[in-house]
Amino acid sequence: MNQPPISEQELHAYADGRLEAARRAQVEAWLDDRPELRQTVADWRIQNERLHGAFDPVLDEAVPARLMAAGRASPALPLHLAAAVAWLTVGGLLGFLLRDQLSPAPSASASLPRQAALAHAVFSPEVRHPVEVGAAEEAHLVAWLSKRLGAELKPPRLAAQGFDLVGGRLLSGEAGPVAQFMYQDGRGQRLTLYVRHDAQVASETSFRYARENGIGVFYWLDGRLGYALSGEMDKAELLHVATAVYRQLNP
Amino acid sequence: MGRQDIVAEIPRLRRYARALTGDAARADDLVQDTLERALGKWALWRPGNLRAWLFSIMHNLFVNQARRAGAVDYPGDEALPELPMRASQADAIELRDLAGCLARLPAEQREVLLLVGLEDLSYEDTAKILGLPLGTVMSRLSRGRQRLRSLLSGADAAEPHLKAVK
Repeated sequence: MNQPPISEQELHAYADGRLEAARRAQVEAWLDDRPELRQTVADWRIQNERLHGAFDPVLDEAVPARLMAAGRASPALPLHLAAAVAWLTVGGLLGFLLRDQLSPAPSASASLPRQAALAHAVFSPEVRHPVEVGAAEEAHLVAWLSKRLGAELKPPRLAAQGFDLVGGRLLSGEAGPVAQFMYQDGRGQRLTLYVRHDAQVASETSFRYARENGIGVFYWLDGRLGYALSGEMDKAELLHVATAVYRQLNP
Repeated sequence: MGRQDIVAEIPRLRRYARALTGDAARADDLVQDTLERALGKWALWRPGNLRAWLFSIMHNLFVNQARRAGAVDYPGDEALPELPMRASQADAIELRDLAGCLARLPAEQREVLLLVGLEDLSYEDTAKILGLPLGTVMSRLSRGRQRLRSLLSGADAAEPHLKAVK
């Protein structure tokens, strides 16, 4: 039987399982007479298997939030640029609106709702990994975030308002670590409570409301802590929950 | 094809980058740069083969980084690669051996070996991704496999010796 000679390229294609059945049979028969070469080709195949064995577990790892954010950024602008533009716009507007208000800590209280809404927008749509530590490990979560922020934190109980704690995560804020607690109701609607501990001067503000890209935010400063509750719901509904949060944190 | 298709490719990009760099943080930096570059171009042009396109962006970034760093930096014997979380102890030894041997391959051979052997891309797609003629891909594949074979046989031979000492 006449058949075309077997090239090295075909030996690789054989090892990689990319030959058609007829040619594969020819290569197999040809290798039967060449045990050393057969061993080489078998070793190539084992290399592929070892590569999969070693690196396939990466496929099952949680994708880091920064990569999810990079993959979902606006197509026209890279994420950092888009965020910068949004911040400049919102910041300019807020600065204009607040120009006559004598707030005790204007810069701190002005950036709080923006940052909280941004963090809410990034993490609340997350399906598989909305939080770093789940509510099942609440004691650990609270101890960890309290330690990192350097303040006693206590996630409020919102079951009476229909929301259960999902868990929380650590974020980086303008001047240090920030904690985010996430809550969810029976319909899958999510709220996030953003807590930072970076005010230069201890101060207190009243309860305030802001709306950022469709996300409602109630926020206030209490000593060196800043709190912001964010959710994509109407003001009255959010106020109902925010009042409960405020009362529990400022008894 | 939408942007969610790009998000769906992230796990594969991470797997390839991890094997290519041998370092989890560096690998994710490379993936992040790739995603940002891809989305920057996305508005102008939609690729026919999304996966191959993303890998080619990553290849260009990887080559540029290696060039900027001067000579390609091979981690020394002391540098242990980061392990995926599922690895058991036996897996960990196996992976360290394999990753250590991979790191000793020239980057151009490592890329071909991983695109074909790990990512299961066709030889033609691999050639397109790397911007090389098919013949060059095949000769790099051949040399890479030969080299990895001798490196691995050295690593495997060393293991019983370690056990005996212990």
